[in-house]
Amino acid sequence: MSGVRRGGYLARDMATTTDKKITCDHCGDPCTIHPVKLGEKVFCCEGCRTVYQLLDRSGLCDYYRLNDKPGLSHAHPSDHEKFAFLDDARMVAPFILFRDEQETHARWYLPQIHCSSCLYLLENLHRLHHGVITSRVDFAAKEVTVVFDHSRISIRQVAELLAAAGYEPYVSLRDLGGTKPVTSRNNIYRLGVAGFCFANIMLLSFPEYFGLGVSEEGLRGVFRGLNLALSLPVFFYCAQPFYRNAWNGLRNGFLNIDAPIVLAILVTFARSVYEVISGTGSGFFDSMTGIVFFMLAGRLLQDRTHLRLSFERDYRSYFPIAVSVLKEGKEIATSLPEIQCGDTLLIHHGELIPADGILTRGQALIDYSFVTGESLPIPKEMGELVYAGGKQTGAAIEVLAVKEVAQSYLTQLWNRQENKKEEYSFIDVLSRQFTYIVLGIAVCAAVYWWAYDPARIANAVTAVLIVACPCALLLSSTFTNGNILRILGNNGLYLRNARVIEAISTTTHIVFDKTGTLTLPGDHLLTYKGRPLEAAEQRAIAILAAQSTHPLSKALARHLDRAEPCRVLGFREIPGKGTEGWVDGTYVMIGSRRFVTESRAVTTDTRVYIRVNEDYPGYFRYSSHYREGIARWMQILRGRYSLSLLSGDNHHERSRLEDWLGAGSRILFSQSPEDKEAYIRHLQRRGEKVMMVGDGLNDAGALRQSDTGIAVAEKGNSFTPASHAILDAGQIRRLPVFMRYCRMAGRIIIASFVLSIIYNIIGLAFAVRGDLSPLIAAILMPSSSLSILLLTYGSATWMARRLGLKLSTDEKDHTPD
Amino acid sequence: MSAIILLLGASLSVAILFLGAFVWSVKHHQFDDGFSPPHRILFDDHQKNSVPPNPDKTDFRTLNQN
Repeated sequence: MSGVRRGGYLARDMATTTDKKITCDHCGDPCTIHPVKLGEKVFCCEGCRTVYQLLDRSGLCDYYRLNDKPGLSHAHPSDHEKFAFLDDARMVAPFILFRDEQETHARWYLPQIHCSSCLYLLENLHRLHHGVITSRVDFAAKEVTVVFDHSRISIRQVAELLAAAGYEPYVSLRDLGGTKPVTSRNNIYRLGVAGFCFANIMLLSFPEYFGLGVSEEGLRGVFRGLNLALSLPVFFYCAQPFYRNAWNGLRNGFLNIDAPIVLAILVTFARSVYEVISGTGSGFFDSMTGIVFFMLAGRLLQDRTHLRLSFERDYRSYFPIAVSVLKEGKEIATSLPEIQCGDTLLIHHGELIPADGILTRGQALIDYSFVTGESLPIPKEMGELVYAGGKQTGAAIEVLAVKEVAQSYLTQLWNRQENKKEEYSFIDVLSRQFTYIVLGIAVCAAVYWWAYDPARIANAVTAVLIVACPCALLLSSTFTNGNILRILGNNGLYLRNARVIEAISTTTHIVFDKTGTLTLPGDHLLTYKGRPLEAAEQRAIAILAAQSTHPLSKALARHLDRAEPCRVLGFREIPGKGTEGWVDGTYVMIGSRRFVTESRAVTTDTRVYIRVNEDYPGYFRYSSHYREGIARWMQILRGRYSLSLLSGDNHHERSRLEDWLGAGSRILFSQSPEDKEAYIRHLQRRGEKVMMVGDGLNDAGALRQSDTGIAVAEKGNSFTPASHAILDAGQIRRLPVFMRYCRMAGRIIIASFVLSIIYNIIGLAFAVRGDLSPLIAAILMPSSSLSILLLTYGSATWMARRLGLKLSTDEKDHTPD
Repeated sequence: MSAIILLLGASLSVAILFLGAFVWSVKHHQFDDGFSPPHRILFDDHQKNSVPPNPDKTDFRTLNQN
């Protein structure tokens, strides 16, 4: 994880010798700058130490005992006025669940929740402040509900308390848009009812299996009647999802897998009811309810979505909920939809510009890396147009809005409607062939018996349709998919639904984004070229560099590891060009080549030149800090897939990228968001199945267009563009393993389906003879379902083990680095 | 014989009660979060002598100043 800083001149490598690495006791990040101390403890920054003090004072140090370094990095503290909008009664409404004279219940989304320490701290908030009465965490949804006394603490202060503890609520424009959709629990109820009825029917069928005999006519009638009664809820209520899916498929003219299942259920139910009412038999209620139960379980497992990882995101999830508007010299927090043309917006350091506008005051240095992929911030002059979506780095600026938020250039770009392509998996195709085969057998049986003994036709045909249920196919696919989704989730790859597994396994071409995906966002590698710098000179440069908020300057300060700070006289910063000042009597200048040396020579790479007094010692060259191990996993992917790379940056790193991607791959630079999408479309027209791996909004269109769009998410970054899957940034090196695992899924499904065919053959042997007794059906059905279950679960687990994937979230990583 | 009928009725009623309890617990969010309950019960009870800081004196906005 630590960057290997190959500083050309600087001999010492700061955080790489593993035995001497100093990591923050709160968040675990390496302490590269002068570490902040508190007694025995070491922290990477003041923010982490403050949180530790807060917890220590309130007796909450169990937080550190429960997990190793559970804190979240505080290197980027939030703005003080960030929650000012919560003082406004109108904007507070989406977060308040309940309010009366004594207490208020408020709920927020905290994307940082990730372990039991978070749970511990957040449920002990009442020990941090008197005003908080109690709090409860919903871990799956990553939400906290706080009950507080609003006369002792305001809702804004509660939000600030959460932020102070390291769990800043993520509030976006999306929250304004109404209530959260209620998660449907219907399928759980259905499963419960089906299980209840199935178990009871099986028990009530025992007398029938073991020969109650004709002596007890009345009693037999009672048992059969009860079975009938218990099967009614299953037939009418529990099986509804299958009826609905089959009907939808038929309406679109397609026979999907639910159609034969519905047929089997209908036939079984009809025959059983007939038998019971006419007294000719006991029916097959146990088989019918059992199969519905198992299939519902499989569906539930497969459709369990990662609640709070929203795969559908539009621009509203990216924008904040409110921004400061200047009205008559006063800052008023205004919600974004209320911003009109002509409003003057006050944008602080680190804040997002919400609407297209003209810069009216201040020095703008705007970071569009997430939006357009350019890795360095862009300076803007007064009077220039600034687009919405970028983040201001530097002092506060004022922008005169010329468009409303929803009309800005970039929101138009992201907001295009997704075309719903109807996807059918290979399961549906297989099941269709299976249906035809079964119908064929039924017809043959009917013809045979019509020739020999017409009385047994109905018996045989219905028995065939009952036994040869393609339920096995549905069971194997749903249970396999459900397991694979779960295991992949434990390893950092979250898929939107089971169809994505198949999309991944059929990929032929992978397209990568560069900035943020292959590179660590906001991080650089520095190499120094020039005459050696003395210690005093280094210190002076580092101190000057630390004064500026420009990312290149901050990187330089981090790299040089300054000692104690001291005063800088005459500090002057020209955005986009450089800074100068006097440090301890030494005049230092750092900046672009033109700024420092006044030479007009053009350089293709990013350099920061140095001047100390009258001397020009040299320059630092910045290159993107690529993630570790790219060469290795790219090599593995190269062997199997065609690779491409699209970047919004210029081409100065082409040769290194070519080494990694291989000679046959396409590498394109200066790609706009539209260019990326067009390229994917071009590949798809050539017949390729494309997977796109990207992280920023400039990839949003491409991610949507590709067959599989994977959004790479940094830890703690709560926003990703809409995609089919979300991949933890730290796990990107395991992409080849994940893809191989998905390819296995299809094979596991087919293997278990073959197993079920064996059961089917046995059952059919009885069915065609018209000889199917309830006992045989009752044995066949659960045993085939259970064996399929075991096979799929076992295979998925064994395969995961072999590939080195974690089976549960608590396990340690098995793969070697 | 009627004894068996009676028993059937009684046991089914009891079973239905449990089904009702299941439906009630799902409705009251008990099956929503699988992670928290097992961890929650293992947290230690807090020491009684720890006192939260004086709310008037703590301005949480300044706590994050770097």
